[in-house]
Parts: sequence; structure tokens; C-alpha cells
Amino acid sequence: MVPLFQSQENIIGEVLVEPTQGKKFEHNGVKIELLGQIELYFDRGNFYDFTSLVRELDVPGELYERKTYQFEFSTVEMPHESYNGINVRLRYILKVTIGRNYISNIVECQDFVVRNYTPSPSINNSIKMEVGIEDCLHIEFEYGKSKYHLKDVIIGKIYFLLVRIKIKNMELEIRRRESTGSGPNTYVETETLAKFELMDGAPVRGESIPIRLFLSPYELTPTYRNINNKFSVKYYLNLVFVDEEDRRYFKQQEITVYRLLES
Amino acid sequence: MISDGVEDEEKWLTAGIAGLQQNAFYMHRALDSNNLRDALKYSAQMLSELRTSRLSPHKYYELYMRSFDELRKLEMFFKEEARRGCSIIDLYELVQHAGNILPRLYLLCTVGSVYIKSKEAPAKDVLKDLVEMCRGIQHPVRGLFLRSYLSQVSRDKLPDIGSEYEGDADTVIDAVEFVLQNFTEMNKLWVRMQHQGPAREKEKREKERSELRDLVGKNLHVLSQIEGVDLDMYKDTVLPRVLEQVVNCKDELAQHYLMDCIIQVFPDEYHLQTLDVLLSACPQLQPSVDIKTVLSQLMERLSNYAASSAEVLPEFLQVEAFSKLSNAIGKVIEAHVDMPTIGVVTLYSSLLTFTLHVHPDRLDYADQVLGACVKKLSGKGKIEDSKATKQIVALLSAPLEKYNDIVTALKLSNYPRVMEYLDTETNKVMATVIIQSIMKNKTCIETEDKVEALFELVKGLIKDLEGNLQDEIDEDDFKEEQNSFARLIQMLYNEDPEEMFKIICTVRKHILTGGPKRLPFTIPSLIFSCLKLVRQLQGQDENPFGNETSTTPKKIFQLLNQTIEALSSVPAPELSLRLYLQCAEAANDCDLEPVAYEFFTQAYILYEEEISDSKAQVTAIHLIIGTLQRMHVFGVENRDTLTHKATGYSAKLLKKSDQCRAVYACSNLFWVDDQENMKDGERVLLCLKRALRIANAAQQMANAARGNTGSVTLFVEILNKYLYFFEKGNPQITVSTIQGLIELITTEMHSDTATPDPAADAFFASTLRYIQFQKQKGGAVGEKYEPIKV
Repeated sequence: MVPLFQSQENIIGEVLVEPTQGKKFEHNGVKIELLGQIELYFDRGNFYDFTSLVRELDVPGELYERKTYQFEFSTVEMPHESYNGINVRLRYILKVTIGRNYISNIVECQDFVVRNYTPSPSINNSIKMEVGIEDCLHIEFEYGKSKYHLKDVIIGKIYFLLVRIKIKNMELEIRRRESTGSGPNTYVETETLAKFELMDGAPVRGESIPIRLFLSPYELTPTYRNINNKFSVKYYLNLVFVDEEDRRYFKQQEITVYRLLES
Repeated sequence: MISDGVEDEEKWLTAGIAGLQQNAFYMHRALDSNNLRDALKYSAQMLSELRTSRLSPHKYYELYMRSFDELRKLEMFFKEEARRGCSIIDLYELVQHAGNILPRLYLLCTVGSVYIKSKEAPAKDVLKDLVEMCRGIQHPVRGLFLRSYLSQVSRDKLPDIGSEYEGDADTVIDAVEFVLQNFTEMNKLWVRMQHQGPAREKEKREKERSELRDLVGKNLHVLSQIEGVDLDMYKDTVLPRVLEQVVNCKDELAQHYLMDCIIQVFPDEYHLQTLDVLLSACPQLQPSVDIKTVLSQLMERLSNYAASSAEVLPEFLQVEAFSKLSNAIGKVIEAHVDMPTIGVVTLYSSLLTFTLHVHPDRLDYADQVLGACVKKLSGKGKIEDSKATKQIVALLSAPLEKYNDIVTALKLSNYPRVMEYLDTETNKVMATVIIQSIMKNKTCIETEDKVEALFELVKGLIKDLEGNLQDEIDEDDFKEEQNSFARLIQMLYNEDPEEMFKIICTVRKHILTGGPKRLPFTIPSLIFSCLKLVRQLQGQDENPFGNETSTTPKKIFQLLNQTIEALSSVPAPELSLRLYLQCAEAANDCDLEPVAYEFFTQAYILYEEEISDSKAQVTAIHLIIGTLQRMHVFGVENRDTLTHKATGYSAKLLKKSDQCRAVYACSNLFWVDDQENMKDGERVLLCLKRALRIANAAQQMANAARGNTGSVTLFVEILNKYLYFFEKGNPQITVSTIQGLIELITTEMHSDTATPDPAADAFFASTLRYIQFQKQKGGAVGEKYEPIKV
């Protein structure tokens, strides 16, 4: 269990330092940092801090007994959500450092999670497109919206204009594409999160097949675009046709996923 | 290969059932422990067995039924869940998380059914959603079964009139829309089935399709069960929509089956009120559709409906059912240029049955039908297809059965024209059927023109039709049919002599064309018909207004004479002779001496010229004697001539015994009881003596040829003749002649050369007993016999 915050929140808390019983404890000062870090796994060990806030809790001195420090970060700007991907991790931590002379500092970290909510987008066009393989298959598909919140339902339909191949079935996949790095060092990972059968059997011209896919059972995150030039997470709807020889025909469309601000 | 296929299928089915049962087991466990998530998981896995493509519809059905049973349990569970407070809407969403579409939709239908029951949403919305979502299954067999499941679970939840699901938002039209949509989709899937898979398995697929047809037809049945589908809704919505689908699917099997379904499931009065619509669909069907059966079914139903109650008949008139059906049939035949004859005839046969039931009084309708049929048959020549022939016989028999009266059928001018198309054999069969109908109903044909019409129908029996080869005819059959035709002549009767005479002339005209083989059957019947008329006229006084044209016995006798003459072409002298004698007797009763004499003359000529067989001669001579004996019209001269001839013929018979018997029979010609001027005892005695001489001669001949005198039978017979005339008071027959004859017989019997003949002995003994008996009687008779000693 980790605490959950969203951007612009005040992060208030206390730090408790307790020296070993009856011993004097000397330090070079106590501070707490709020860090937003992006960790790229292929570049292990290198964190990139996109947010770094510090509060000095104590000046150098000595401690004889337990001491509590109150701290507060007000209206913290935390533009990015916590994310735990395949090649990248975005995390927020509170890091307490007790500086010492000659020996290493005492460092203690606490993770917390940030989730940012967005209101319903004012513009949310449908995705509508006619695609085809010449003289084989012509379809028109329509997804009701281009932007979906995490508990949304994808409603749509596929209309068959021409069917010359022997279709066995049709699926709708939800794919997540995580790309990290930049330039020649770009790493892309694609995961299929959902395989949802839409149609069984071969349709004929003029058939219209309904789509209704509930997103709630799948573990989606919102779409992340170019987070600090380090990574992106994008979602795609992939419409797949499988013919009787198990050949696959597909058409991929990006959708935007967001975390809906409950009103 | 094939058996392997079947075995494999068996294996797959077994595997499918095993998988199903296993998952059902886990599902039950989940249900028992109220574990919704597991219940959904295992039920979806269980239903995944239905995703197979390896089973034939037949085997798939088995799997489906098992799943169906399991789904009932799941439905119960859903109901429980809903009662326990689980939101049915959530449940409705939850089942849609299943990744595979087929299990997902089965579950959705199951929850949907509970959803409607909960009334948390209008039934129509849920139904609409379900029927829409089912589009996801485009595989024909799986789709048909899924939609069949939907239809099954929703049947009792339609927002029908009076149903608990009817409400402000839900009306019967929603129920109808739902069923219609499901029907349309199912039919599309069903039709599509034939295009899937390799061409070489087409036949097998057609068979499989046939097995599945009831799944589609069930929807029409559901529609017919919806209370709220009244005539208006049927007319405005249901029928046009169903027909649209039927016509547009362009599939032979489906069109035939569905048309049949429509006709069978919806009420008769709906059909009657929507005839236009229903019939207009017929010409639009595929040419290969067996439209005749469809229309026949329809007409049969309507006929039965009409027959069910007289109250419904006005409805038929109001909608002009006949003309609509008639037009439709015409159009269908036009549209199907190469429709086989059987089809055409079947259609008209059904239409005829229909009009006979619905408009029994409109004979013109029946005639129209026959006329239309003739028109369609024209140019096709004789019908050779035996099935088509059967249908024509059915067509022609229908009016006979309906009216039980050929006279009505005779008014149908097109009736004989239809018969033209029958081959000769069948034509005869039909003619026999007609005659049998007349016989059974004892119908009397009363006018000349009806006779003409009737003969037109049965002309196959009257004369040889073209192309008929004699050698093909079975002798017994021929006799049979001619006998029945002869009987028919007796049914042609009118009390009015004038009309009757006309009938006779007509009959004569026709039968004389029949040729030598038929005349011996037909002429006697006609002769007796004439004689009947003669007897009728004879009883009446001379017609006071009699004129040239009126019918007199004389005229009839002329006709008779000519008619019998026709037999000479056969020839059939024995038959002619009998007929002449019959006529002579009738002439006698009419006091027409010359006529009677003429008939006798003809008979004698025949005897002399044509009858040469000795047995036939014997028979003929006895007939002549018998008839002549009864004639009282002749004057002395004529009578003498005729009797003289008869005796002459008798004495010239070949066998002595025949001669003897004929001669003693001739004795009767001279002694007629009730005619004083016809009692010539002397000539009687002469005949008897002559008979005795012949009997003697016979014995001598026998003695000479075989060494024994043979039997005394002839003597005993002559003795009996003596006794007869003795009793009648012939003065020439005296006690002594009788006495002498008795002694003669006794002597003969005891002579050495006599052959013992127990029959003759017994005959003689009983003759003597008779004499004894008469003696003892006393009175005048006893006195007469007294002197005879035995």
C-alpha cells in the first residue's frame, strides 16, 4: 500500500528520527526531498529527476532523543503519473537524508503514487474509416470516440462492403506501445492487453457487426505522450481478421486513454 | 473415407460432451458456493464447446441441448443473484467481458432473459440489444442455434398484448419487430449455408440445411402465437416483412419451406384477407421452387376452411378469392414457362377443388378452371407422364364427387376438352369412373343433349379412338367396360316418349359407330330400352293428337329392325335371333301382326342361313317355339306358315333325341290354353306320334350302332306330354293311347337290350306315382284318370 496523490496537492507529513537508546547522535543536518524520477532500465543506475524539491528539516547538530519534523510541500507540481512499464519506470519518492561526517549519510525513501485526473474532453470525435485490400476485403469501421476513459466502453460497428476472402473470425485487440529513449536509442515494446472476439464466421456483403468492448477488465493506464522526452505510452485498437488459412489482416488505430475526473 | 468421417464426428461429439460436462461440474460447484466469478468463468468455458465447426447440425444439436439444460441452471442462479441484490445491470455488463463471442452471447441472452423479468429496463430495449448483438455470429450453424436459443428464452417475455411485459414503452409492435428481425437474420444465415464449403459436398449440405429448417420456421410460429398480431398487423407488418425476406433470399429451399410455413401457421381468415399479397409473391419466387405444392396447400387449406362452416363463405365472396387465385395461377404458369404438365394440372386441380367447396353454385367457375387448364395444355398433345395423368383424373373426378351428379358435370363445356388430353387407356378409366358415378347415384340422364354431352365424355368406350391398337386390349377389361357402358344405356331415360325416342336415336347413332366388337354389348341394351318405351306406349291410348312426327310403336319397331340388322356385321346370329323374338313378342302385344311376322321372318332367315351349329340350333328352335306359342296376333294363315316351319326345323335337327324333344315341344304350338281357336287336338297328337316315332328310331339307331337301345327317357318325356294334354282335355288323347305308351315303356325297360338307367327309372316311377296321385284325388280329375291302369 502506497499513498496516492495528484498534482497540485499539498504533501504534508512528518519525519521521525530516533537515535539508538541513550546515545548521542551527531549529524550534518536533516533534509527531505520530493523527487520525480524517470528510470530507464537499459540505462540502469541513471535516474533522471524531473522534479526535485527540498526542505531542510534541521541544521547540523546533535540528537539525544526522538525528534519529529513536520514538513510540507505545498501545491506540488506533479505533471506526470506514476508508471511502471517494461523499459521505464516513473516514480515519485520522498527521500529523507541525514548528513553525517566521515561516514555515509542515512537515507530513507518512501514511494508514493501520483494519478492525475482529466475532465471529459470537450472534443471527442469518432474514428470512422473505410479501408480495404483491393478486391479482397473492403470494410468501413467506426469507433464511437477517439478518447476513452479507463472504465469506458468502446461502442462501434464494422460494416462489410466487400468480402472475397473466407474470414474465420474477427477480433479487436487493445495494444499498448511503450517507447523509450530517443533517436537511435529508441526502444519500443508492444503488449496486447486484450483480445476480444467480435465476430465468428464469415460475413457477407452488407453485414454490420456491432462492437461493444468494456475497458474495465483490462489494466490500462492513460496515454502518456513524450514524458520529459524520455518515453511515451500509447494505446491502439487493432482490428484483426483471420481467414481460414490463418492469415491475419489488421488495421490499427490509436486511441487516447485518460483518467476521468469524476464530477 | 465416409465412415471415417462419421466415426470422427462421433469422437468429436464425445469429446465435446466430456468438455462440457467437466466445465458444467465446476460451474455447479461455483453456483453452489455462490461464486459468481467462477460461475461465469466455467460457464463460458463450457459454452466454448459450442464453438466447434466439426459437427454436423444433427450432432451439434445434441451438444446444444446439453448446453441448454445447463444454461437453465445458470439462469436460476442469475435470478437468485438478482434477488440477493446483485445489480442485474452489472451482471449484464459482467458477462460481456468474456473474450470469446459465442459463449459471451449465450451468457448475454441468459442474463438478458433475467433482465427482462426483473423489469429494470423495458423489455423492448433488452430484446433489441440481444438481437443486435447476435449479429456477431456469422457462422450459419452456430448463428442459427444461438438465435434459436434467443428465441427460446424470449418467447414468454415478449411484450405481447396482455403480457406482463406490455407497458407504455413496450408494445406488441416491439415484440413483432424483435421476432421479425431474428427471423430475417436466421433465414439469411440458413440461406448462406449452401454457399459455404466445397462444391462437391453440396448435396450433403442441402440435407443438413433441411434438418435445420425448423429452427427458422419456429420464428413464424412464434409470430403466429403473438396475441397482438391481429389481422391489421398481419396485413400491414408481419406478412409484407416476411414475404420480403422470402422473396429476397432467392433460395429455392428456403422459399418453398417458408411459403409452406406461412400457409400452415397463420389462420385461414388471415390468408383469405391477404390473398393479394401472398399470391403476388408467388411469381417472384425462384423458377425452381415447387410453387404448385405451395399453392395447392394454400387452396387446400382455404377449401377446408370454407367447408368448416357456411358462415365463412361470404368472406370468400367479399375478397373475390376465386378470381384472385385463378389469376395467380395463371401468372405463375406464365412465369414458369417450362413448368411440367403435372404442375399445371395439379394447380388447376387444387383450384377446382377450391371453387367446388367455396362456390358450389358457381358452375361457371368450375368450367372456367377447366377451360384455363385446357388452354395451358393445348399444343402439348396427349399427356404421357403417368403422374400428370393421375392428376387429370383427380381433376375430372372432383366435380363428380362434389355433385354426386353427372348432370351437373355435363354442364361443364370444357370437361370433355380436358379429357382429350388423356391417353386412350386413362380416358377409358375416366369414362368408367363417370359411369360408376352415375350408377352409384342412380342418376337419370333425361335429355338428348345431355346424352350427347355424356357420350362425348365416355366416347372412349363407345368407339375406337385414334391410335388405339386393338391387340393391346385385355379381353376381360374390354368386356367389363362394355358391360358397364351397356348398363349406362339403361340410365338414359325420360318419361316423355318423344324425348325418350330422341334419346334412343342419339344412343343408336353413337353405338352404331362402335364396330363389331362392341355391338353385341351395346345393341341388346338399346333394344331393351326401346322395348321399354314400346310397352309404355302400348299401355296408353292412341294419341288423339297423333301426327306424323309423334312417336308410335310402329316407328320404334322400324328402328328396332334396323338396329338388329346392324348386328349382322358382327356377325352374331344367335343374339340377333333372340332380339328378333323379343321384338316379335312386343309387336304381338301391340297387335301389330305384320311387324311381328316380319320379326319372325327375320328370325327364321337367321336360323336357316346363319345358325349352323347344332347345339345353337337346338337352343334357337326352343326359343322360337316358346315365343311362337305365346303369339296371339297372327291370323290362321300366318300362324300356319310359322308353325309349319317351326315343326319342319324341329324334325330336321341333327340328333334324334333333339329332334324328338323339339317335335314334342311343337305340340304346344297347337294348343294354347286361353285361346279357343287355337286348340287343334289332332295336330297335337300328330306331333306326339311323330315324336314317338323319332324316339323309336332313336332306339333302333342306338341298337344298331352300339348294341343297346339306350334309355327310355324320351318315352317317359313323351308320356308326360301325353298326360299334360290329357289333363287339358284334348279329346285326341285317350286312356288307351296312354295305357299303350305305359306298357311300351314297361316292356322297353325290361327288354334284354335295355341299358339300365336309374335316372330314367326314377323319372318313370314318379310319373306313375303322379297318375296314381291324380286318381286318388277324386272329382273330375280322378274320374278322368280312373281308367288308366298302372
